[in-house]
Amino acid sequence: MSAPPTRTVLAALLRKDLRVELRSFESVPAMALFSVTTFVLFHFGLRQDSLSGDLASGVLWVTLLFASVLGINRLFVADAEQGGFDGFLLSPADRSALLLAKALALLAYLVVLELVAVPAFALLLLKPSIGPALPGLLVVLALADIGVAVIGTLVGALAVRTRARDLLGPLLSLPMLVPVVLGAARATEPLFATHAGALPLRWLAILALYDLVFALIAFALFDFLLED
Amino acid sequence: MYGKRLRGLALSTFAALTLTLALVLFWAPNDAYLGFLQKIFYIHVPLAIVTLCGFIAGGVMAIQHLRTRDPRWDMRSYVAIHISLVFGVGVLITGSIWAKGAWGHWWVWDEPTLVSFLLIMLLYATYQPLRFAIEDPERQARSASVFAIVAGVFVPINFAIVRLSTAYVHPRTLSNISGNLPGRMQVVFYLAVVSVALLWVTLWRYEMTSKHASAQLRALKRLLGGDEDEAPARRSAAPSVTHLGGVR
Repeated sequence: MSAPPTRTVLAALLRKDLRVELRSFESVPAMALFSVTTFVLFHFGLRQDSLSGDLASGVLWVTLLFASVLGINRLFVADAEQGGFDGFLLSPADRSALLLAKALALLAYLVVLELVAVPAFALLLLKPSIGPALPGLLVVLALADIGVAVIGTLVGALAVRTRARDLLGPLLSLPMLVPVVLGAARATEPLFATHAGALPLRWLAILALYDLVFALIAFALFDFLLED
Repeated sequence: MYGKRLRGLALSTFAALTLTLALVLFWAPNDAYLGFLQKIFYIHVPLAIVTLCGFIAGGVMAIQHLRTRDPRWDMRSYVAIHISLVFGVGVLITGSIWAKGAWGHWWVWDEPTLVSFLLIMLLYATYQPLRFAIEDPERQARSASVFAIVAGVFVPINFAIVRLSTAYVHPRTLSNISGNLPGRMQVVFYLAVVSVALLWVTLWRYEMTSKHASAQLRALKRLLGGDEDEAPARRSAAPSVTHLGGVR
């Protein structure tokens, strides 16, 4: 039997993941709720009614990071527990399709998360109006989401078949995502300042480079995580 | 197999370390600002350089493991990362002592070299828990190799990014060492790097010899008396030595 084209496999896998999520609501609602709760926690923890500048950008990015760790932890669990991996490995499909499908699914989760979290942040904590910052913020969000999706997929696949996956997922992904948070927070900082500044292109370039490097690494190494 | 020439290596390491220590204490000039305290530099910086190179070497060995599927490469990578982790703890401790003496604080955040080193240590600290949590030895080896490669790539990138983000306090050791070190200090510093690297290599070889010897011992015991009188293998994060291929 010849291998089906990668695009077909990719579409099928992505459809499967999104359908599972739509039917079970396992990850995304929890991520969104978690982010809103974390904003409330920051309000009490910092004793601040509104934030601007570097503090605002830091709170937003740390919250988004922690919320996405929830999604990373759940990303491969259904496949590992209910035989999705075995089924996929039995098929002649290209292994890289699974990496790409999972990364795209995680990316979709992150986008939905941010559709809730960013307005909630603007409403609850942000002092300057979100309007002028929005175009720049969207660019930073896109670049950071790609980084989180790539590293999250790699780490999720690494952690899922271990005994302590709920612990190892965050322990592995948080240090690896520090550069993403650092770059994204630095890039967002001037947008949230009381006198909004320009988007720092240097940090965008760094984020893009980081995404690219780990996308290549994930592409090269993902096959080895699937073998049995 | 691994034990060959180990004694010579160990003796030359000992000689190099003794010589370095003697030169550091009696020959290298005292620093104008920091005085005697600056001498910790001859331990701290070589340790840090060797640790990072050791992590990267572990990644390269892991690439070899994934390419050849030879479990010995996994063992080499494991031992390299293990020893680098021990050295890394030494780096953090000596670095804190130096920071306290030079800047007055045990930890300085606006310090890219410190922060990125801490991040790297935090990442590598999960290496052994990851191994420990996977029971199937082959999958453990493969996952550990994937981790070692990813983390090995993370080392230089993380350094670059964190360095870009912060103001500089730390001396830029590698970039301008020849510029601001007087001749004697430079000689002693390079000698110190060589000695610490030798120490790393000796420890690595020693550990590999030990692992290999226990694998052979296990295989011999199995040949002699079967499995039943052998104590069950202790749970360990180390690669299982039984399939390393010793005496058959």
